[in-house]
Amino acid sequence: MAEFFGALTQHSFLWQALIAGLLASVGCGLMGPFVVVKRITFLAGGIAHSVLAGMGMAVYFAFNPLLGALIAAIVAALLIGWVRLYSEAREDTTIGALWAIGMAVGILFIAETPGYASDLMSFLFGNILLVPARELLFMALLDAVLLLSLTLFYRQFVAVAFDEEFARLRGVPVSTLYLALLVMVAITVVLMIQVVGLILVIALLTLPAAIAGLWTSSLAMMMVLATLLGMLFTSGGLALSYAPDWPAGPTMIVLAGSTYFLALVAQRLWQMWQRHMSLAAQQNDHLRPGTHEPD
Amino acid sequence: MVSAMSNLEIPPLPSPDAVIRAEAVSFSYDTLRVLDTVTLEVLRGEFLGLVGPNAGGKSTFLKLILGLLDPTAGRLQVLGQPPKQARHRIGYVPQHPAFARDFPITVADAVLMGRLGTRSLMLRYSPADRAAVQKALHEVEAEDIARRPIGKLSGGQLQRVLLARALVSEPELLILDEPTANIDHRIEGEIFELLAELNARMTILVVSHDIAFISGYVSRVACLNRTLVCHTTDRIDGTVITELYGERVRGILHDH
Repeated sequence: MAEFFGALTQHSFLWQALIAGLLASVGCGLMGPFVVVKRITFLAGGIAHSVLAGMGMAVYFAFNPLLGALIAAIVAALLIGWVRLYSEAREDTTIGALWAIGMAVGILFIAETPGYASDLMSFLFGNILLVPARELLFMALLDAVLLLSLTLFYRQFVAVAFDEEFARLRGVPVSTLYLALLVMVAITVVLMIQVVGLILVIALLTLPAAIAGLWTSSLAMMMVLATLLGMLFTSGGLALSYAPDWPAGPTMIVLAGSTYFLALVAQRLWQMWQRHMSLAAQQNDHLRPGTHEPD
Repeated sequence: MVSAMSNLEIPPLPSPDAVIRAEAVSFSYDTLRVLDTVTLEVLRGEFLGLVGPNAGGKSTFLKLILGLLDPTAGRLQVLGQPPKQARHRIGYVPQHPAFARDFPITVADAVLMGRLGTRSLMLRYSPADRAAVQKALHEVEAEDIARRPIGKLSGGQLQRVLLARALVSEPELLILDEPTANIDHRIEGEIFELLAELNARMTILVVSHDIAFISGYVSRVACLNRTLVCHTTDRIDGTVITELYGERVRGILHDH
């Protein structure tokens, strides 16, 4: 750890990595709670994996892979959303198909592009140390889009996440907002690809939100807490991985995962403690003379 | 042109007090006819009980009134408008809450959602919205649980909260789908007492399969089994129940 902070003062690429992690945390903190409460983790996973098709095409036709990823993610989100809203097809089958076909198409394009095979690993598992400065700007822009949409339509998004039927009866344009929500999840996936790669995205999207959900009773609080936790995991993972020269992305995920399980255990213990205390209080009432009515 | 047309043809004047007006309404899922030429008029101030066997089309009829489905034939008007346009003037209490019980939201915030669509352009809920929530929670006697997470409520408390969410928009018509299906008998009685009070200022339509229980509260009963079987203000007797459920149901009538 100390080594990491020493290196921070010397290498600007570490600062860029740190900032990339923080920017990605904002996205996963904002959208992760929706993925968790709406139970669309599998759907988000499908979007994340199908993104490889866009990145493969981008390297083949020589344009920015992140732009390719963004287009593929949005197309995948709209496709899955359309199937769920308007089609008779089974949603989970469609997601599974899109998941695998997206990856297959991406790998075919990368295989046909000479000299790009090495990119595949960083697409799949991220390479936070190689985030170029201009991509930080792109990430900040995506964060701003997410934050603005959520601020403007927070009530409506929460209503759609909570109870679609009731929201529809209150005149909320449910289908439009549901598709918008999926597109925003797609944007978040793209935000995180540089940091942890498309395979590990799903963990960073859901784990901070799931931990936050254990301790909060509003979606807004869940977002704030998930963002802070995401920042802790990305920065902490980066710092932990530096000295032993581990890959940063997987270190972040292991950190997030073990925190999640500790949080579950802690919550369970807390509940047992509370039950124990209330039982003890009842027994004390029994023992105290005069408070207990004879049967 | 417009005046010429209105001179040519005088439209039948709907009775101004009709809150729901169904004229020969039918509905089919694919080839399965669920509702067959249902004609029913509900007047302002009524407390109508809609009863019938399971799969008799009660829920489908509610969905038509709420504009979630469109009739395959016939004409349906709610509060003098097509159902979709009348939606914001209706309060709706579903049979099962459609939300996950672990959703991170307090009772007060869940009830606030009933205010959506009243001033849809505002970014935030107004103080008037929050005051309306207080009033609705007071009305259903659930003020004390306003700050509690929705996941930590009993069945009866949840039913009161769903009712408050429907009341908070000050509806002219209140629709409840089996409001007491999942709670015990004592609380069932309390909820119907509450509905009887609310009936003083709004029309109520309540769906139930318990014809005997609701007959003690409602002003009129309509029985639906694919089509409207009975339609009466009188006591429900054995013949009607036989007609409705197809076989004699014993011991269902007890006086309240």
